[in-house]
Amino acid sequence: MPSLTKLWLGAHLRLVYLFLYLPIAVLMVLSFNRAGLPTAWSGFSVEWYGALLDNKAILNAALNTLIVAVISTLLATLLGALLAIGMEYRRRSAALEAVLFAPMIIPDIVLAIALLSFFTLLDFTLGLHSIILSHVVFNIAFVCAVVRTRLRQFDWAVFEASVDLGASEITTFRRIILPMIFPGVLAGAMLAFTLSVDEFIIAYFTAGAGQSSTTLPMQIYSMIRFGVTPEINALATVIMLVSFTLVLLAQRVNRGAVGV
Amino acid sequence: MKTDARTVIAIQGLTKRFGEVIAVDAVDLNLAENEFFALLGPSGCGKTTLLRMIAGFARPDEGRILLDGQDMTAVRPSRRPVNLMFQSYALFPHMTVAQNIAYGLEMDGCGRDEIKRRVGAMLEMTELAAYGGRKPDSLSGGQRQRVALARALVKRPRVLLLDEPLGALDKKLREQMQLELKRMQHEIGITFVIVTHDQEEALVMADRIAVLRDGRTMQVGSPRELYEFPTSRFVAGFIGKMNFFAGARTSQGVAFGGGVLAGTAAEAASANGAAVAAVRPERLRLATARPQGTENAVAGRIVDIAYHGQDLNVHLAVEGAGEEGNERVLVRLPAGEAEGGDWRPGLDVWCCWDAAHTRILAV
Repeated sequence: MPSLTKLWLGAHLRLVYLFLYLPIAVLMVLSFNRAGLPTAWSGFSVEWYGALLDNKAILNAALNTLIVAVISTLLATLLGALLAIGMEYRRRSAALEAVLFAPMIIPDIVLAIALLSFFTLLDFTLGLHSIILSHVVFNIAFVCAVVRTRLRQFDWAVFEASVDLGASEITTFRRIILPMIFPGVLAGAMLAFTLSVDEFIIAYFTAGAGQSSTTLPMQIYSMIRFGVTPEINALATVIMLVSFTLVLLAQRVNRGAVGV
Repeated sequence: MKTDARTVIAIQGLTKRFGEVIAVDAVDLNLAENEFFALLGPSGCGKTTLLRMIAGFARPDEGRILLDGQDMTAVRPSRRPVNLMFQSYALFPHMTVAQNIAYGLEMDGCGRDEIKRRVGAMLEMTELAAYGGRKPDSLSGGQRQRVALARALVKRPRVLLLDEPLGALDKKLREQMQLELKRMQHEIGITFVIVTHDQEEALVMADRIAVLRDGRTMQVGSPRELYEFPTSRFVAGFIGKMNFFAGARTSQGVAFGGGVLAGTAAEAASANGAAVAAVRPERLRLATARPQGTENAVAGRIVDIAYHGQDLNVHLAVEGAGEEGNERVLVRLPAGEAEGGDWRPGLDVWCCWDAAHTRILAV
């Protein structure tokens, strides 16, 4: 019976979503827990959010994370978008494709070790700048992938049409290519930003010693070793809301503009 | 014929290779002022490559392209007074119709008032005045085609190149646009060069046609010249329907079926060896007995009759005619004439025609 099948499918859908989001929901609820215990509910409070603002270490880490995310996103977006244009315009090469996907597929831990060894080999001083460079490495691949899916929808003849009508290559890029791929670039940038904000392993390996280059995920990790506090729950809730908003926005921007 | 008209584009010994393949092979062509010229050929004949070389998007390996006597071969596409209407139309999806049309004028550095005036006039001419603010996505295929045309024409190029401009339209709209394009070309008075694989389209629209095959020009001439006086078997078969009778070349014509088919020999046909006699289906008549006189005649049997309204297509089986495996002759009888005869499948008939309508061509 089709209605029964539908019912089962609906139930299944709800269960999967519950499985995915229940832990997060619990975390969000506990972030408003008055008592410092992670398990027992003892009344509603926003005091832990206030405590966040008083914690210098957390604020410093948040600032670091923001710096890393913004700069690595800008660099990765520029390089990734140009790479995407080049890859789509030139003849395809299977080997080149595989190499491009590698930073997305290989485990973070491997990339982290590789980057650390590389920096050490070059006698590169570690710090925020090395985290930024490392994040650019994997974010280029993601931005490139997003922009390429957008480029695939286009007829390359429009670029020739622009040149035929008297435009230079630079004008064609500015007036035709950029407006057409812009939603894809924006979506790629948002994805890169969220990936950079919550990236832990690579940042941990390439940050070097000292508190000055601690990012937010690293800060949380160091705090959590003494137990999960509602303060961490509050912080996690804030981060999650930011990420979630960005992902939704990226989706909307890319979808809304497909029909342009 | 416009043989005395001034030459706008002179193509001299143009050759383009893609690796081992020669896409365009030493082509010479002169395109005249205010001429509607068609590059016609099957897919892969090099017609689009030739067009792209005129536009500047493909670099020739040999030869040169002169525009008004100036060598254009090394000039970049953006600097050529030539515009291309793309097969896919290639409209800018993020711009409105008016912005699409204005783009080329902006690139020329025209003033705002001039752009507004010229875009307005173009919208008027292409009957798009009501659609200036629309995005290409919201237009029909025919409207998009007109936007592409307006965008290319607004720059008043010396030559407008059109790559399969009607390929994406349905049959009815295509026939309408064929006449529309011809009217516009007369009105504006610039040279149009159209690429098409559709011989009917070329016949309807063009003043002159170049038939291309494997990168070479097979024949250049008016539609009537190509239809009535083809110089090769390829052109004869590619343009319209043609019946072929292959045989040995004799001094009078081509030996076929125990007799000789007389006709006018094309220059390329040699005086001896093998040859084909070619005749159009509408030149053939049917008779129940062998007619007297000097006419050409072959015997055959009716295998099929197709009613087309204005004419009757009678298919004959004639031994040795047509191609191997399909030894057929097509006779196209005008409706009025067909009513007089009692033609039916299975009937043994004679098929006859004038020597004046017979072309003798190399095999």
